[in-house]
Amino acid sequence: MADIAATPSRTIGGLATARRGGPNGRGWHWTDIFTYVYLAFGVALMFLPVVWLVLSSFKTQAGLQEFPPTLLPLGQVQVEVQGFDEPLPLFEVTFEDGTVRQMAQIRRIGIMSQMVDPENPEERIQVSIDDREPIREFRVAWENYTKPLETFNFLTYLNNSVIVTAAATLITLLINSMAAYGLAIYEFRGRNAVMLFVIGTLMIPITIILVPTYLVVTQLGMVNTLWAVIIPGCATPTGVFLLRQYMLTIPRDLIEAARMDKASEWQIYWRIVLPLSLPAIAVLAIFSVMWRWNDFLWPLIVLNRSEVYTLQIGLNAFQGELNVQWHFVLAMTVVALIPVTVVFAFLQRFITTGIASSGMK
Amino acid sequence: MTKTLTRTLAVSAAGFALMAGSAMAQTELRMTWYNDGNEGEVMRDLLDTFEEQNPDITVVLDTVPYKAILESLPVQLAAGEGPDLARVTDLGGLAQYYLDLTPYISDPEYWENNFGPFLEWKREPGNDSAITGFMTQLTVTGPYVNKTLFEQAGVEMPGEGATWDDWAEASSQVAEATGVPYPMAWDRSGHRVAGPAISMGAQMFTEDGEPALVDEGLKMMAQKLHDWHQDGTMPKELWGSVSGNQYLGANEDFANANVVLYMSGSWQIPQFAETIGDAFDWWAVPAPCGPAACTGMPGGAALVALKDTEHPEEVGTLMDYLSSEEVLSEFYARTLFIPGHLGLAESGVDFETDDPRAKHALSTFAAAVPSISPIAFDLQGYVNNRVMFNALISRLGEAIVGELTLEEAYERMEQDVAQQIAERERDG
Amino acid sequence: MASTDIAPPEPVTLTDRAKAVAAIPARVVFAILEIPFRFVQRIFGIGAMPYFFILPNMVFFGLFVIIPLFINFAFSVTGGTNLFLTDRPYVGLEQYEYLAACANHFDPTTCREDRFWRGIYNTVVFVTFQVSLMVLFSLITALILNRDIRYRGFYRAAFFFPVLLSPVVVALIWKWILLRDGVLNAGLVGLGLDRILFFVDPQWAMFWAIFVSIWANMGFYTLILLAGLQAIPPDLYEAAEMDGTKPERVFWRITLPLLWPNMLVVIVLALIKSVQVFDEVFVLTGGGPGTATQFIVQYIYTTGFASQVQNFGLASAASVVLGVVLFVLTLLQLAVVRRRDQG
Repeated sequence: MADIAATPSRTIGGLATARRGGPNGRGWHWTDIFTYVYLAFGVALMFLPVVWLVLSSFKTQAGLQEFPPTLLPLGQVQVEVQGFDEPLPLFEVTFEDGTVRQMAQIRRIGIMSQMVDPENPEERIQVSIDDREPIREFRVAWENYTKPLETFNFLTYLNNSVIVTAAATLITLLINSMAAYGLAIYEFRGRNAVMLFVIGTLMIPITIILVPTYLVVTQLGMVNTLWAVIIPGCATPTGVFLLRQYMLTIPRDLIEAARMDKASEWQIYWRIVLPLSLPAIAVLAIFSVMWRWNDFLWPLIVLNRSEVYTLQIGLNAFQGELNVQWHFVLAMTVVALIPVTVVFAFLQRFITTGIASSGMK
Repeated sequence: MTKTLTRTLAVSAAGFALMAGSAMAQTELRMTWYNDGNEGEVMRDLLDTFEEQNPDITVVLDTVPYKAILESLPVQLAAGEGPDLARVTDLGGLAQYYLDLTPYISDPEYWENNFGPFLEWKREPGNDSAITGFMTQLTVTGPYVNKTLFEQAGVEMPGEGATWDDWAEASSQVAEATGVPYPMAWDRSGHRVAGPAISMGAQMFTEDGEPALVDEGLKMMAQKLHDWHQDGTMPKELWGSVSGNQYLGANEDFANANVVLYMSGSWQIPQFAETIGDAFDWWAVPAPCGPAACTGMPGGAALVALKDTEHPEEVGTLMDYLSSEEVLSEFYARTLFIPGHLGLAESGVDFETDDPRAKHALSTFAAAVPSISPIAFDLQGYVNNRVMFNALISRLGEAIVGELTLEEAYERMEQDVAQQIAERERDG
Repeated sequence: MASTDIAPPEPVTLTDRAKAVAAIPARVVFAILEIPFRFVQRIFGIGAMPYFFILPNMVFFGLFVIIPLFINFAFSVTGGTNLFLTDRPYVGLEQYEYLAACANHFDPTTCREDRFWRGIYNTVVFVTFQVSLMVLFSLITALILNRDIRYRGFYRAAFFFPVLLSPVVVALIWKWILLRDGVLNAGLVGLGLDRILFFVDPQWAMFWAIFVSIWANMGFYTLILLAGLQAIPPDLYEAAEMDGTKPERVFWRITLPLLWPNMLVVIVLALIKSVQVFDEVFVLTGGGPGTATQFIVQYIYTTGFASQVQNFGLASAASVVLGVVLFVLTLLQLAVVRRRDQG
């Protein structure tokens, strides 16, 4: 995402935008200070939680449960001591006279621990467990990543998620834009009824019709196929509504002129109206990609065979009845984030400037 | 990007075709599974051996989030879209979908002898012969204490026959002396409360077997729990934070030595061995007493065969293999689960752990099985037990945060149970 | 996709070239689809075309939205736990009566199904605060991003980033931060303050539910508003400046009215998402403490799906009630909007 900083100033350029936010451009005004404070705070607020997630994903299961949490993933230093087969954990021991020494622990019995000086393996002493602090070093728990990636079929899940997201988004864009075109450009009998259905279902969340939709999907024999995840969400009322509102602003003269030139209705749709609606389509595309990539409840009910699992089901499989294996969940969450972040880093300029250059109306 | 997409689509289409092809060549069994720890890995290893011995059967382990077992699986089963086998916890509630394995297994008597008491949990009411599966783990609820804190505080641990009040008192002294924020934490779960409530004298059922959640024994326990939350003996974060019947555990708090006594159950052992290890002595203690008994609740998860299967013969073969003493013994040993197999319970399982605390905990919980109250066994085997547990925990939770008084909560509990059972009875 | 049609004939930059390449398959698809549509237009004439355009969407819409809604309604007048309608006994309006049974509708504790009513009240509170704060902060952020700042692209991306996260992940991230042993409390302790148990206090729980959902979605709305701000012709501002109009007046008289269409999209979308809120709050607070952040969708989900006796009837009745209320609200909203548009 580093190349974003190099965004060239837009053609209208500095002067015009400088005036937009308020009286700016001649020296520092309090609004400039406010702007930068706000931005700095905003960036911290947006990114730090995610950074925290990534840092946490490298901690061991025990490290995750610590309070106060450590900033970096740490592990206790182990030392080889002569006379012991296994490496021993290293502690910093504070003695009664205030001296501090590094000692390795042989074993702990109750509230006393038996320590040995790594330099001098003959010397063994008993120390109260309150007087010792583990010595730790920066250590990354890569096993949080490698273990699940070995045991679970990550590539299959990733593949499924990519197929679902791509196919569903393309179908959504196609059929929604067609419907929006039909509803925006033509006057026809039944249009109001259709609009009423679209508007009426705008607000209905799929969560509340989960079971009836599942029944329909079973009757169509789509259970345990990726189609069961792709198709049902495609006819989004939100998408139709959004695109239609946008298409309403397209000048009718353009369409009339095209008809004069003997263009077919389909040509008008894809050669004139679609290109002009690109900003709204971009918005819908983001919506659709985010929604499909992150969809969890619906795939969970229609997919119960691991070869069709999506990433979200796969990574949530670490949540058991009585025990959530957080170290795996976190690591897999980060893994699921990577593709979206990479795609966004590449496309964000297109997405954001795409919307901005034409303006959403 | 579009090119790769096309390729991906083509590749996966080919993949599906291949899978369809291989499915025809041999029998494929689907087992829906969830994981609390390493049991999926162990099961996979055992299934690999099985596949070697039976080259014509492949078993696919479909690991899902536990949420799917609880919420999606019942709907899938109702729609006839279920797998061949599944690991479930709502043993009685789903019993109508289980396959009776009797005709397909080689030695039903072996099952009766070794899984006898637990088979009943997995039968529909009125059926007393069906063999539908075995327990992948038997669980027993009970408290763990941080013994190291007791030693640091110089407080004697209450011994055999100590009551809940004794433990609350002792834990409070320890917390006071050592500066630990909370003396006691309980899992937020109706199942966990049921054992102590039965110890206080709760009967759970009327004489003719109808559910009767609220009685004097239950009220006694509920009152104590309510008071412990108000006086700071128990942290409000567990019972007071989420709504409804959601489960919450205090694993982190216990592992960080923020609580002295943690009421949970035997399934925590592998996790504690991993996360706490040697940091302090986490010690399982026998279930504390009330006036009526000293009992925890039994429970657990079972692997069951499902009616939807098209290959009952192969399912039978698989179940024969998995339930054999040798295989199960390896499974329990590697997962640190309490065996749900009477023969193994008697002879003992050689658990694969060096942790003396884990060994002690395993033997403590295994030893607690015989002393479990018959009411607790009946409750565990009751079809609608989760309705009772859920009503208990959700309303008690609302009372603890002050949305309801305890009296109102009791009334709501009874209404909730009555309403849900009435809804189920409409099915006729 | 079909952007090359309006793009300059010779692609210059890499992005343009990529766009051109990406457009090729789209062009092929549209060219192929043109054949049946041309055919249809020749046979049925132009008057039939809108029906063919809306057909694919309406087939899917009918199958996966309308039919489920009817099944849902059928569920709501039947009882029991069976999934198939043929197995479910007809119970008339019993489920609705059960939901409506209240001694006093403004006091949920007097209602038979107290959780349903609590869910409604909590949702109303949540939507009111969440939508107004969401619009406010999106607007402020958009105004700031519209100023002449350096690295605008970076800031825009930064504010947009959380939109990429799934609701579950969003909730998990904040949950770790806010727990008793989380970073925020570690910070408070570090400052010498007491820890706050955010999820045990009803007000705090509601606050964080609102905060987190704004955090997660604000970037998207900011982008829409920013696009609107940038589309405002600069000469309008120049003219206003020449007239010596005060900045506040410029804002109220030029910026806001011209931004209104984008504002409308933001309000409608934010409202829809807000009423539907479920997973992020469910994972964050679990609906607690008690039932303080339990919203209506969670109630329906728990009743019909996430309890041992999956009570499809009662849950469906609740969702029908919710659906009707939402429908009326949407119509009202659009009526107001249309009035304002014309006025």
